[in-house]
Amino acid sequence: MENSPLFKCGHTACAGCGQAVAARLVIESAGANTIIANSTGCLEVFTTKYPETAWGVPWIHSLFENSAAVASGIEAALIYLGKKDTINVIAQGGDGSTGDIGLQAISGMLERGHDILYACYDNEAYMNTGVQRSGLTPFDTNTTTSPAGALSSGNLRPKKPVPEICAAHGIPYVATASAGFPQDLIRKVKKAISIKGPKYIQIHVPCPLGWRHESNQMLPVARMAVETGLYPLFEYEFGVLSGRKQIVPKPVEEYLKLQGRFKHLLNNPGEIKKIQEIADNNIKKYGLKLEAQG
Amino acid sequence: MKEFIEGSHAIAEVVKSCKPGVISAYPITPQTHIVEDLAQMVSSGELKSQFVNVESEHSAASVVLGGSACGVRVYTATSSQGLFLMQEVVFNIAGMRLPVVMTCANRAISSPINIWNDQQDSISLRDAGWIQIYAEDNQEAVDFHLIAYRLAEDKRVMLPVMVCMDGFILTHGMETVDIPEQEKVNKFLPAYKPLYKLDTADPISMGLLADPDYYMETRFALQETMRESIVYLSEISKEFNNVFGRDYKDLLVEEYQLKDAEKVIVAMGSVCGTIKEVVDEQRAKGKKVGLLRIISYRPFPYARVYEALKDVPKVAVLDKSVSLGAYAPIAVEVKSTFFGKKKGPKVVSSFVAGLGGRDITPETIYEVFRRLSAKEVNFDFVDLKPELLKEEYGE
Amino acid sequence: MFGPLTVKPKNSKGDKTGSWRTLLRPHYLHKNCIACKMCLMICPEGCVSGKEKNAFSVDYTFCKGCGLCADICPKKDIEMVSEEPNSEGVS
Repeated sequence: MENSPLFKCGHTACAGCGQAVAARLVIESAGANTIIANSTGCLEVFTTKYPETAWGVPWIHSLFENSAAVASGIEAALIYLGKKDTINVIAQGGDGSTGDIGLQAISGMLERGHDILYACYDNEAYMNTGVQRSGLTPFDTNTTTSPAGALSSGNLRPKKPVPEICAAHGIPYVATASAGFPQDLIRKVKKAISIKGPKYIQIHVPCPLGWRHESNQMLPVARMAVETGLYPLFEYEFGVLSGRKQIVPKPVEEYLKLQGRFKHLLNNPGEIKKIQEIADNNIKKYGLKLEAQG
Repeated sequence: MKEFIEGSHAIAEVVKSCKPGVISAYPITPQTHIVEDLAQMVSSGELKSQFVNVESEHSAASVVLGGSACGVRVYTATSSQGLFLMQEVVFNIAGMRLPVVMTCANRAISSPINIWNDQQDSISLRDAGWIQIYAEDNQEAVDFHLIAYRLAEDKRVMLPVMVCMDGFILTHGMETVDIPEQEKVNKFLPAYKPLYKLDTADPISMGLLADPDYYMETRFALQETMRESIVYLSEISKEFNNVFGRDYKDLLVEEYQLKDAEKVIVAMGSVCGTIKEVVDEQRAKGKKVGLLRIISYRPFPYARVYEALKDVPKVAVLDKSVSLGAYAPIAVEVKSTFFGKKKGPKVVSSFVAGLGGRDITPETIYEVFRRLSAKEVNFDFVDLKPELLKEEYGE
Repeated sequence: MFGPLTVKPKNSKGDKTGSWRTLLRPHYLHKNCIACKMCLMICPEGCVSGKEKNAFSVDYTFCKGCGLCADICPKKDIEMVSEEPNSEGVS
């Protein structure tokens, strides 16, 4: 896994980019016999500015919302050529390209049952275009199109439950993962790749620029999201919850105070209470609380 | 083998003989029969292909893009709104130089919604970088698909090709068509050998970001290939004639009774069948009229049109589409052909007819010849219904 | 003549992103390393290499100085040191 020929140095991601960590681990876990269809976004831009490419595997970028459909075409071509059994197909993109503009294409891909892994790098906004709000932006987040101000505490809508939407399609495997837990991410990617059929993995990836934290803070930020219950790590198989990472829940303020995008909430106990409710609901729904061993 | 067959079925037969590995389309009238037939052929085992039922045209085009990027021959078909929904993918495919072949069953554009024939759909995508050829009848529609694959996959071209056929008129019209035999197809159309493809044995990145230092040359390259394709169309037409015995000359235009013609209509597509009948009738009466049929709309054959019409005093261009806010699309090309040249028609009049499937009858053509006079008509509609044209909304 | 924009990885050398470092660079102490490979795993650039204990190193041509390797090392065997010349670890 070293000096990866599959995801080469020299790309232009921001220092400390969570998405770069996750994308590298995904392709290294999938291996050299993989073809990637990538959506427009940070990952595409920082890895493939002509004449450079960071990708050591066959890789294609078409448009913003169609990587799932392009991947479907690649998978169909590989089946036609009799090669699908030895080659993995990955479609990947950010939260905007996945849960908003690309939701239709993913739903179609899942419904048709293509043997494709879809990896969503969730940095919770349209980062490449300048930190605009997406359907997966969490409640009360300050973004450029959901700015906090006198009349608003930021993004006033809850996070779109894309993993559950995918799980509702009844596909073999859905998981959430985090760049803060790289070994868990590797395990999940390897598991997904070993399953035949459509798979969806949504990876929480901190963005130092958009979330307003220092470059070296990726790990504490990512881990705290999980440890507060705000970003539950779980697995669904065929629509049924089959695994989750249990936590000793920390108060949500521990997470919010690490990032400038939540700065406006720190003097607002009313809003913090609402966010705590979201975390508490997750903890309850997924059974996240680590019970004390008797 | 000759069959009396619906246009759509004929297209499905010829596409089958081209053996595409990935087919993906979304249903839209009047393309549906083509795709239904192909699905039947895959299901029965006649055609070994991956048939992908997608959830929109945007995805249909994306699926064939992905398949073509893997070095596999692909096929899709659409019309009107479907073509518009896949527009950005259409441009994307041309920019990525992938030899996709698409049937466009020409249909009017919403709004208002109208499922009948005109050419607004494909004409609106003229800037996309796809080669566009227009069929007059179902034999051409069939033959042009073979030519399309041969042209698209030519190493000197590597551009997608749109075969345009008038919706309902051709797709649902019954004609006697010679369906090309598989052996002859195999002879004319070799297996697709891609110049670049997604292959784990030799990884490549496709669809990179090109900043201002790199973008413009890719457009130049596309434009050059379009220009060169004018010659390749003639070459391929000769090859086609050698194998199938049907001569499409240069595949750019068809000259019909142009010798000593004083009045010529320029048109494209199935309407030319009606125009030819009127021309024959008028010639029998001693009237010197003719038709110049455009076959290749992109690349537009300016030099060829110049040769054909330079000695014709009066030309009427009959567009089955409209460019709202400007002169009609084909009329503009014809006028551009002659601007600044020493020879050319004294009058180029522009008429728009047949929109939304309004029937173009011999009477329409007489009207056009009649209005083609010394007084140039910059732009006008033909066959409007005055009783429908009210002064105020709600009257 | 035509030109789809494609690139093969073997022909791409990448940007020398090591030039982005202005303040800090990672210095591997090579004292308490247990070869857990977490530094190698967490590097966003993938410029950490190594196999044996106390034998991991960074390719400074590409290292952006983000500090994730120093943060993740369970043995605190990586320090972020000044990028100034004559500092430890800077050749």
